[in-house]
Amino acid sequence: MKFGVIVFPGSNCDHDAYHVISKHVGQPVDFIWHRETDLSTYDAVIIPGGFSYGDYLRAGALASFSPVMASVKEFAARGRVVLGICNGFQILCETGLLPGALIRNRELHFICQHVNVRVETTETPFTHELRDGQVLSLPVAHAEGNYVCDDETYEELVREDRVVFRYCDAEGVSGEGSNLNGSRDHIAGICSPGRNVLGLMPHPERACEDLLGSSDGSGVFRSLAAMLAAAR
Amino acid sequence: MKAKVYVTLKQGVLDPQGKAIRHSVALLGYDGVADVRQGKYFEIALDSGLDAAGARETAEALARDVLSNPVIEDYRVEVEG
Repeated sequence: MKFGVIVFPGSNCDHDAYHVISKHVGQPVDFIWHRETDLSTYDAVIIPGGFSYGDYLRAGALASFSPVMASVKEFAARGRVVLGICNGFQILCETGLLPGALIRNRELHFICQHVNVRVETTETPFTHELRDGQVLSLPVAHAEGNYVCDDETYEELVREDRVVFRYCDAEGVSGEGSNLNGSRDHIAGICSPGRNVLGLMPHPERACEDLLGSSDGSGVFRSLAAMLAAAR
Repeated sequence: MKAKVYVTLKQGVLDPQGKAIRHSVALLGYDGVADVRQGKYFEIALDSGLDAAGARETAEALARDVLSNPVIEDYRVEVEG
């Protein structure tokens, strides 16, 4: 199986994602420059965190108009796996691959800390090796992570079991105190109707080694690798 | 031809920047300010070959497809000759 990590001007978690795939998942991985359009050799694509185009206009907006994203849309439409982390989640929302939008954090601050998120569904390629309700400690680093959507979209997400992660405390309970950025109903990550596209604000790729404070993120990549291996 | 595009957050979408400005305005002692909403303003120079209708069409398309996010924002377009 082959992974691709898309690189925009201003991406800064591309090397973290590359490192995790090559070192921990142990699979071939390429960087894909944003002007490329051929994704035919890849099984999964990661849209990494960072500040693509300096967050100009809206976070993720200019990246969503780049040539590679038209190919990512086709890639996702064919059922291939797409993982968007942080700025990658913002880009997926701007392209319309995921519903809703990520606006400025409620308290305006850039938030850079470890948070707890609860696994809300294991019925995705990214979480099937985790447990329902499992609490993961993952780092976040964002200023625009406040997830918003209209009532209709929210009800659809809940009805279709597409909320994949919610912010919570260490015991797995979601409250005002654990909702660090003001996201609707504590949403930290959602998936597409086909469940093959995941966007999340926390950084699982920065939490795959105990040396970095947590290895809780490794379950996401373990799930992904197992799913792709089974699909072969 | 020049187009002006105003992009504003939809009613009901939280505007924490507007709130922070509102707070500072109150600290400065300005009375009678009930609320502040922050938005974006764009000036677009259009090809001189476009007529008024074409200019409006182009500006509207830009505002809809690029300058605003329909999930959270509304836009208004003005075209000047």
